[in-house]
Amino acid sequence: MAQSDTVLLDVKGLVKHFPVRKGAFRRVKAAVRAVDGIDLFIREGETLGLVGESGCGKTTAGRSILRLVEPTKGEIIFRSRRMAGTAGGVKEVDVVKASRGEMKALRRDMQIIFQDPYSSLNPRMTVGGIVGEPLLVHAMARGEERKKRVADVLGAVGLKPEHMKRYPHEFSGGQRQRIGIARALVLDPQLVVCDEPVSALDVSIQAQVLNLLEDLQREFGLTYLFVAHNLSVVKHISNRVAVMYLGRIVELASTERLFADPKHPYTEALVSAVPVPDPDYSVDRIILQGDVPSPVSPPPGCHFHPRCRYAVDVCSKDAPVYRDLGNEHFVACHRADDLHLQPIHDRTTGQTGGPAA
Amino acid sequence: MTSSALLEIRNLEVQFGTEDGVVRAVDGVTYTIEREKTLGVVGESGCGKTVTALAIMGLVQSPPGKIANGEILYHRGEKTTDLAKLPPKGRAMRAIRGNEIAMIFQEPMTSLNPVFTIGYQIMEAIILHQRLKKKDARTQAIRMLHEVGIPMPEQRVDEYPHQLSGGMRQRAMIAMALSCNPQLLIADEPTTALDVTIQAQVLELMNALRKEFKAAIQFITHDLGVIAGMADDVAVMYLGRIVEAATVREIFHAPQHPYTQGLMHSIPSLRRQKERLVPIEGVVPDPSDAPPGCGFEPRCPKRMEICKTKMPPLEEVAAGHTAACWLYGGKR
Repeated sequence: MAQSDTVLLDVKGLVKHFPVRKGAFRRVKAAVRAVDGIDLFIREGETLGLVGESGCGKTTAGRSILRLVEPTKGEIIFRSRRMAGTAGGVKEVDVVKASRGEMKALRRDMQIIFQDPYSSLNPRMTVGGIVGEPLLVHAMARGEERKKRVADVLGAVGLKPEHMKRYPHEFSGGQRQRIGIARALVLDPQLVVCDEPVSALDVSIQAQVLNLLEDLQREFGLTYLFVAHNLSVVKHISNRVAVMYLGRIVELASTERLFADPKHPYTEALVSAVPVPDPDYSVDRIILQGDVPSPVSPPPGCHFHPRCRYAVDVCSKDAPVYRDLGNEHFVACHRADDLHLQPIHDRTTGQTGGPAA
Repeated sequence: MTSSALLEIRNLEVQFGTEDGVVRAVDGVTYTIEREKTLGVVGESGCGKTVTALAIMGLVQSPPGKIANGEILYHRGEKTTDLAKLPPKGRAMRAIRGNEIAMIFQEPMTSLNPVFTIGYQIMEAIILHQRLKKKDARTQAIRMLHEVGIPMPEQRVDEYPHQLSGGMRQRAMIAMALSCNPQLLIADEPTTALDVTIQAQVLELMNALRKEFKAAIQFITHDLGVIAGMADDVAVMYLGRIVEAATVREIFHAPQHPYTQGLMHSIPSLRRQKERLVPIEGVVPDPSDAPPGCGFEPRCPKRMEICKTKMPPLEEVAAGHTAACWLYGGKR
């Protein structure tokens, strides 16, 4: 399905703090500010990539959107097909405020694919049981009908109907990830949160799964929130990319724009740190000093300022406003207007990229 | 060539006895590591790249594992030692391991002992191999921590592994490995567990230290991007064998083996325009159930009749470029 202009998911001011309890009375002494106020929207049929390093809150953000972890604050507006009740209709629902019953209905429209295909499948259940369970839970199909639906979706992800009787341990990592994808798709959802879906897989298998995700998106008109740390993978699969650092989105733009004209110093450094599979590629690598600070006590002002080579006084005092520079290029940086950052294209040596065929 | 060779592995076979029979994890591997050069070893999980490294270090668990065949020739000065023949727990091997040949592991949290300070763990190697007094060893440990860019080494030396971040732990591992000034450093996926900006720090550090310490590095990874930036020469492994070996430029610009070509096409690159990936079909076969001919035959887009039955030898396809594939072999 081609992308449309309709916004399927609109997240405003999403916050998730985990309490840190200490002492004999387990009083709340501090909070891990995993997600510290993020705004983003996803259009129907597109893939929004969410990248960042470990601990930046990208996984928590993805799970908060599905309310697999309870958001602390914020609004998550979702245009649900099924909540409308009538065929062809849609209803805008605030996921954060949804009741238990509404949430159950919403889950049919919002699904997740997990990172680890080893721990996310119950080893005691057959593949047919795993993939068919959502149909039972939501009372959508029974008996022969359920079997047929499971067989169809297994076929769609490149497995065979006879695999239904087997157990997860009989499958390789790539095949297990296909089972996880089948389970997410069996309810015919609108939105799928892909949480690092290929990072546990070998490179040759990664490509198979990435291609499959693209095919399924086209075939079933899916919308993806693609959470990953691998920038090359995110660039490959996403229409737009959001970069997270310490609980906040620092930059969000279309994939071309983000890599050709980055506006946030963290994006610039992150892109330059990615190893490129070309020995002739000479990089002017920006080596960030130090480590990511703890999300329990993030630095004041801009969270990135202690590691930023362009930081000025104001960066340590005020948090930069997350704003649109035009053309839906969002950035949170005080100096976004006067900095000229290095895009990825300028660093090439002029030789043709990639390996010889 | 032999004059600059530091380590020559010839026809190495490592086998593991399991319930399902003998698994040939390393099945006739031959390669050379040159002095002061970095050899990148690439391959997917289960290809035998780590087991090869463990064999060099004499760390293959026995039983169930054993070096069934082959030589690991270690050249120092005029003397040549076959590490494969040394008893793994003998005096000679212990004098080499951690001293002349050191290793960095993937997961710095599990390979450092959590109940000892990092200083203690670095000093342990120094006291053992260099016979320094404790006080001098401590000074040396602090110097090494400083060398690998750990801030405030005088304080860090007394901290425990859990007090350090992942990047700092890996730096401490590198400090430990380099503390006895090794001839060869084996780095097994040293940055795989790290974030990309921290990985960039550690890779830069390793390149700088290699020049300073004049050590050779065997760099094991599955990440072709890291290999492109680190290695002088590359060996590609698949199912316990080397399928292709060449200089890093040859491997990336003129890969010959269908597996290497497949790997190159299946990774998305930041620099390339978005195009559909060309994956390698199928999965890596179980090593206990390896195909009788070429291990890559069931997945190879260019397979021929001969590939099913006969193992292709590793032969020169261009100057300094070898590949094990019947597309090029069988001429002699």
